[in-house]
Amino acid sequence: MSKLLVIGEARDGELRNVTFEAVAAAKKIDTDAEVVGVLCGGDDLNGPAQEVIYYGADRVVTVKHNLLEAYTSEGYSQAVLAVIDDEAPDGVIMGHTAIGKDLTPKLAAKLETGLISDATDIEHDGDKAVFIRPIYSGKAFEKKVISSGLTFATIRPNNIPALDRDDSRTGEVTAKDVDVKDIHTVIKDVIRKASEGVDLSEANVIIAGGRGVKSADGFKPLYELADVLGGAVGASRGACDAEYCDYSLQIGQTGKVVTPDLYIAVGISGAIQHLAGMSNSKVIVAINKDPEANIFNVADYGIVGDIFEVIPKLTEEFKQVV
Amino acid sequence: MNIYVLLKRTFDTEEKIVVSDGRIEDESAEYIINPYDEYAVEEAIKQRDEHGGEVTVVTVGDEESEKQLRTALAMGADKAVLINTEDDVEDGDQYTTAKILESFFEDKEADLILAGNVAIDEASGQVGPRLAESLGINYVTTITALEIDGESANIDKDVEGDVEKIETALPVLVTCQQGLNEPRYPSLPGIMKAKKKPLEELEIDDLDLDEDDVEAKTETIDIFLPPEKEAGKVLEGEIDDQVKELISLLKNDAKVL
Repeated sequence: MSKLLVIGEARDGELRNVTFEAVAAAKKIDTDAEVVGVLCGGDDLNGPAQEVIYYGADRVVTVKHNLLEAYTSEGYSQAVLAVIDDEAPDGVIMGHTAIGKDLTPKLAAKLETGLISDATDIEHDGDKAVFIRPIYSGKAFEKKVISSGLTFATIRPNNIPALDRDDSRTGEVTAKDVDVKDIHTVIKDVIRKASEGVDLSEANVIIAGGRGVKSADGFKPLYELADVLGGAVGASRGACDAEYCDYSLQIGQTGKVVTPDLYIAVGISGAIQHLAGMSNSKVIVAINKDPEANIFNVADYGIVGDIFEVIPKLTEEFKQVV
Repeated sequence: MNIYVLLKRTFDTEEKIVVSDGRIEDESAEYIINPYDEYAVEEAIKQRDEHGGEVTVVTVGDEESEKQLRTALAMGADKAVLINTEDDVEDGDQYTTAKILESFFEDKEADLILAGNVAIDEASGQVGPRLAESLGINYVTTITALEIDGESANIDKDVEGDVEKIETALPVLVTCQQGLNEPRYPSLPGIMKAKKKPLEELEIDDLDLDEDDVEAKTETIDIFLPPEKEAGKVLEGEIDDQVKELISLLKNDAKVL
């Protein structure tokens, strides 16, 4: 039986869904594996630890320290490496998030191991786990295996479904003391720019606006639609360059890569750079007044029309069904 | 200041991708400087112009990469180093590249190393942080502002849209995010000058490494294209009816509601 560690991640005190997806990924690598969650933080971690168990982990190790209150690669790597040292796992899985991208290469270098980043699915070739990951801006995929050492991977949010939550599951939660020290990169302040609520990379529904939205005010109907659908608002580079919205909303080759269940592109022409960030969404709807817009080539459904007429109508109709 | 840039030559992903026998066909493809590495080159030049010193651009690649290195020199970098792995490394991964760079940097006493936060081809984003860890220096990924004052660096880091204000000390490795700057185009005099700027070529043997030292830890066993998407359905009729039809399709056919 193999042992796989899942490094959990919280945002504003709540575990991110990708943590539960990482537990499911670990089970996908080896159904019989003992899955051990690892949680780091500055507050009490027992509640979140129980959640990780409800979602399929067998047990959880927590590391609490005031220097782990905010993520730093130095602090978290000390904590996680101490747990890896104790547990000697066969594999380590984490979400491919800002923290995952920042932390895992450091751990891989320290452990002198390979690392497969941004996997969207896991298959098997005999006993070997095969990781599938997008390359060339999502225009192709590669199948990758670990040829020696630890099975170490990050998974893209919203691709490997979490297991069903089962609050009858039980498991041991152990606290590990780690003497976290020597933090040389200090976070002095955090400026919140990302919209409150649903995070783009984890949103199931995204309403994205382009130049066709015409102004910052023009985004308001998109927010109303997003509210009704419990989704997030994104944007094309064109809309960001035109200062209709903040760059934190940008989806594309530069910007965020998203794979929601439903992507509604509003007034977006569909430049290749934008498609790189969203073309792997499960269902794409395009609304644009230009019937020749490239976005219609990747859309599952399209409406040719004035977005300022269509979007409010859509919002009203969606209210009836959701 | 002793400034280095890690630069990768990448396939221009605006190109059509053709796969045969589990490999990307790249004979006729266009190659570019990885767009995020352009931010790194630009920032390096700006920091040098402000604080003095020298910018060296380093690539691990093959001799084709000389073109991208010359472009960086034309933008204003002072020197270039090509670590040519063509004869020694067949299927390297991020471990391989970081290991090679680690040996290269061992005696360099870099104050500042800049890289792109991710390369648009393989998109792993590992080499920068791996290298910093191996060299035992600080690193900050996805930066959107950099201010250096003596030995300290004040950095804005993009964290999924939020901005962290970070203070750290040199030497530091940073990976660049969009928003950091607007990379300049090489000027004609810049292009002329670049032809005479030093471009050193090394092999891993020159770094006291052999193939086994840099053997990849991961292996790509196949490359494939995503299934071709069926043509979408553009709705017709009155807008009110289209809206109703769309919602019905999303609910009953696509089952996403």
